[in-house]
Amino acid sequence: MKQLVILSGKGGTGKTSLAAAFAHLACDGPMPLRAVLADADVDAANLELVLQPCSLEQHEFMGGSKAIIDPAKCEGCDICTQVCRFDAVISPRPNWARGAQGGEGYHVDPIACDGCAACVYQCPTQAIHMEPQLAGHWFRSESRYGPLFHAALRPAHENSGKLVTLVKQQARLLGLDEGYQVVIVDGPPGIGCPVISAASGADLAVIVAEPTAAGIHDMRRALETTAHFRVKSLVCINKADIYPAGAEQIDAYCREHDVEMVGRIPFDATVTEAMVHGEPVTAYRPAEPASQAVRDIWHRVAGHLNHRESKT
Amino acid sequence: MRIAVASGKGGTGKTTVATSLALCLAADRTQTQPAPDPPLFLDCDVEAPNAHLFLKPTFERRQEVGLLIPRVDEARCTHCGKCAEVCQYHAIAVLGKKVLVFPQLCHGCGSCTLTCPEHAISEMPDVMGVLESSTADSGIHFARGVMNVGEPMATPVIRQLKKWAAPKPDQVVIVDAPPGTSCPVVESVRGADFLLLVTEPTPFGLHDLKLAVQVGRELNLPMGVVVNRDGIGDGGVDNFCETEGLPILMRIPFDRAIAEGIAQGQPLVDIHPEYRVQFQEMLMRIAKGVSGSAEQITSDESIPLFEATILDFKRKLTQGRNRKD
Repeated sequence: MKQLVILSGKGGTGKTSLAAAFAHLACDGPMPLRAVLADADVDAANLELVLQPCSLEQHEFMGGSKAIIDPAKCEGCDICTQVCRFDAVISPRPNWARGAQGGEGYHVDPIACDGCAACVYQCPTQAIHMEPQLAGHWFRSESRYGPLFHAALRPAHENSGKLVTLVKQQARLLGLDEGYQVVIVDGPPGIGCPVISAASGADLAVIVAEPTAAGIHDMRRALETTAHFRVKSLVCINKADIYPAGAEQIDAYCREHDVEMVGRIPFDATVTEAMVHGEPVTAYRPAEPASQAVRDIWHRVAGHLNHRESKT
Repeated sequence: MRIAVASGKGGTGKTTVATSLALCLAADRTQTQPAPDPPLFLDCDVEAPNAHLFLKPTFERRQEVGLLIPRVDEARCTHCGKCAEVCQYHAIAVLGKKVLVFPQLCHGCGSCTLTCPEHAISEMPDVMGVLESSTADSGIHFARGVMNVGEPMATPVIRQLKKWAAPKPDQVVIVDAPPGTSCPVVESVRGADFLLLVTEPTPFGLHDLKLAVQVGRELNLPMGVVVNRDGIGDGGVDNFCETEGLPILMRIPFDRAIAEGIAQGQPLVDIHPEYRVQFQEMLMRIAKGVSGSAEQITSDESIPLFEATILDFKRKLTQGRNRKD
């Protein structure tokens, strides 16, 4: 079974629209591949908005723990404040602590707390303990185009990388059990921890680039990241005609760095319309230019996946 | 006053709004006497920083940043395993007579150093990225963090950027936050006086706006919304803002000329100078909103100062030890 991840560096370049179209084409297209879908953007998961799956299972995801100070045991020695490098312990003395949070004794700002537990181990009166936090949920759903694993991180919580890993693991396990050929992973923006989790173990990455100053800048960082983790990458350009000179720059960069360019998607208002209708663009308006371009891209991507499948 | 520009969804126009906001502030200040300090612009999207492409600063100051990671003195280590026991991140492991440190898992909390009964652990800075700052031609004080490729954790870079580029009193700060709703976003917007959420009127935009609003509520920040690419999509965002009582402070219509200009690295107020008036009005409404609920909102002094430098930490460490002894 292969793993395909869709990344971009910059947000909003069209990762999810492309992932949804790939899900549709893998199911109904001329190059069918039995696919499990995984939405690895757990901060802002949108694939389900297009695929509108029915939910089969929901599970809790416990994130890192936070420190809690027991005021009855606290003797006010201030050691916790001194050892905390995240400035999460709020001491009773008036300082930068917000009025709304200010209690009488020492307490921990749960938003600042990193969960390192240094204060727990250093507290001479054992007044501090760690409490696990519900950081989100993950779901197994059934979409029109195959099983979908997705998650919702509680806003302002951490550990999105771990939740991404969990979602991918679940998708992979089901895929292996039931003889699927590929896991299509819709990745998060950026290049940090959730992206690394989304890309780890991938056989192929498709980078969705935008021909804008910012899009090109971030595509380079995304390609450097996939190269760092030795994931083979292909590039496609979305909204390619918005700034043709930018598209040329992307082409040139790819040629120079020996990265295969798998297609250009023109700017097309039907992509947004399809999103509003809750359908992949290739299913909503198959004859539109954007749909045709995405089909060509899928053809090349599926070719790579099949080729790599037959090699292994 | 510190205004953080954020959004759940990526690519909605955070940087477009933040850069034009800063440009308007920089241009307007000359009209009052004495002229206030130009704004400070913080690009906190350290994974994919883009604001420099629009404000075009020439960086003058540069500093490497990172975390302090443990280094074990094998001669003193008795392999008791206490360091591994206290580490919540599994960043240090004791295998037989060997101690392994995994820098990419380490959060630099110092717990192992404090715990080691043999004082065998010292700390070394591990570089994760750079901080850069300058004054752009427009007069804007610009600072950004750039996380190194392959590094997992953006939050420490953002935290240190905020400390490194501390504003002067009364200086307006514009924070360009990363997309999403998790730790890097929280670190970027923490300490802000106002959260400006940029969205687009599509189902994705709406879904992620709802999440971003929850982040704002969690942090108890006053909020306003900018609807970008107005005219595409549907009416979901408008309805949501109305029901939630979120003011829509500005609408930027979908316009190919804007898209093309942004693509070439032009700030919005350069493409369409008539937007300056709208940005000025928005700034006034934000300033009013901030002063209107002054009880909840603290001034810039409220921004916690993070003590991540080696010297500071060593001082704390010795103090902590002395107290314990």
